[in-house]
Amino acid sequence: MKINKAAQAGALESSDVLVTVEPNPEGGIKIELETKRVIQKQFSKQIEKVILETAEQSGVEDVLIKAQDKGALDYTFRARVQAALQRASI
Amino acid sequence: MKNSVGREIPEYIESYGQVKPFDGALANYGERTKTSVKLRSVKPGDNKLVETIDEVLDKVGIRDGMTVSFHHHLRNGDFVLNLVMEAIAKRGVKDITVAATGIFKIHEPLVDYIKSGIVTGISVNYIAPGPVATAISKGLLKKPAVLMSHGGRPRAIESGDLHIDVAFIAAPTADSYGNMNGVQGKAACGTLAYAVSDAQYADHVVAVTDNLVPYPACPIEISQDYVDYVVKVESIGDPNGIVSGTLTVTKDPVGLRIAKLAAQVIEATGYIKEGMSFQTGAGGTSLAVAAEVRRFMKEKNVVGSFAAGGITGYMVDMLNDGLFRSLFDVQCFDLKAIASMRDNPKHQKMSGSLYGNPHNRGAVVNNLDVMILGATEIDTDFNVNVVTGSDGIIIGASGGHNDTAAGSKLAIVVTNLTKGRLPVVKDQVTTVTTPGETIDVLVTERGIAVNPARQDLIDKLKDTDLPIVPIEELKNIAERLTGKPEPIEFSDQVVAVVQYRDGTVIDVVRKPL
Repeated sequence: MKINKAAQAGALESSDVLVTVEPNPEGGIKIELETKRVIQKQFSKQIEKVILETAEQSGVEDVLIKAQDKGALDYTFRARVQAALQRASI
Repeated sequence: MKNSVGREIPEYIESYGQVKPFDGALANYGERTKTSVKLRSVKPGDNKLVETIDEVLDKVGIRDGMTVSFHHHLRNGDFVLNLVMEAIAKRGVKDITVAATGIFKIHEPLVDYIKSGIVTGISVNYIAPGPVATAISKGLLKKPAVLMSHGGRPRAIESGDLHIDVAFIAAPTADSYGNMNGVQGKAACGTLAYAVSDAQYADHVVAVTDNLVPYPACPIEISQDYVDYVVKVESIGDPNGIVSGTLTVTKDPVGLRIAKLAAQVIEATGYIKEGMSFQTGAGGTSLAVAAEVRRFMKEKNVVGSFAAGGITGYMVDMLNDGLFRSLFDVQCFDLKAIASMRDNPKHQKMSGSLYGNPHNRGAVVNNLDVMILGATEIDTDFNVNVVTGSDGIIIGASGGHNDTAAGSKLAIVVTNLTKGRLPVVKDQVTTVTTPGETIDVLVTERGIAVNPARQDLIDKLKDTDLPIVPIEELKNIAERLTGKPEPIEFSDQVVAVVQYRDGTVIDVVRKPL
């Protein structure tokens, strides 16, 4: 899968996450996570792992993924990342 | 050393002193001695009316190291704490301890006074998440803050553990001889309950009012025989921050399910009965529990003896509908509650001591059948945290939490199993506020756990179709949803001491790294 343009999925609602993906000219998968401090401290590694795995499973190699988190659970992260990547690859 | 809820606490804390470890909710009852009071008697013809706060500070001899007290009946609309502290700061007085029953966002100026050493100590029983709580968490305060409960504070004052040099009482209405009430004036707030112990025990008592009325200021709540000075200021508070808008039952389906389950537990355990007493919070889910309880009470045609606590219009409606014979009110949350307290003799005010002090001759919490409580976290021993967020930052204090849990016959914690990403049921809570031995039931949207110590409740619930599960299972479900949180790291610096209502130390808050 190749990322051709910027795309988004999700929302800035409680328990959701707004995922924005765009081409990464420098190459590779780069993740930026914005979340509440209390989540950052306890779950940032786990969330970044979920995002990375979802991107890899989609077959994406070069992408910038920005996640603005409002307390989403893992399955929400997976769904939003998948949807954003699909939209960006059309 | 470890206290009886297994928390590691120092034996001695710098600027706090020797630590009395928590040793069980009922470990500290018996004969008590109240402290004596120092006062300057007032002779006929003396004048109590003072022109400015500055002049009051002269009269009370404000100086370094004193403890001044404030009360949160004006909540986030309170101007009095800031007015007085500004006047104190201007004089270059330092090392002040602020003993406030409640600290809100509006009290943000305290942060600068903390940084500059004007304020070096804080004791508080309710604190809203915000700048002051965060400053304490960061260790900016010179001495560790002391977090108490609504009943623990009057206990501390009456026993002499907490000595108040000057109590500044925000008075929505006062006369020039010191009589006060909270039901008249543009900053009307209802009861002045949290200020009563301070009025009785402080060395100096000052009424700060913006509504000076001809003598006497009936209906008097705090009377002239406790008051040294009266000072008039332009405004003591902002009505928009004092009273809440209409507090309503939640519309959130998860909250409604939790409320329904909680009411079913109350019904199935036999507490919906003639003469029942009940207390709940002012949050949407807590009010939804009240709505469900109301339905059961109507169905069974029972009349309760009283509802208690901070009172909302919703509880007033239940009183007026004849569902309760009376209300005990420590804080009026909205205009309807204020009007009811003013006009209805069945709507009774109660001081903080009457509400929850464990060391008087019996507080109202002891007469409570059913108490509905919230939780930031709860562990598998049913210990509850309402003091710190999962990141270790202070977001509250006990309020009446551990008082009502200890007093009531059926203490139910209602909470979502997870709040966003954060699990609420955990192996260990970040800070213990309320010991698990005083919590009977946990109700979440995914199941109900009963404290194994309450075999009587387990027996009553086992033949119902309610989803009763071990609390460990709720913890496992929560962790499956959120993942296992990484532990938060803390430094050794104690930034706050969490007192149980009897004055023992149930936990400490250390500065998160």
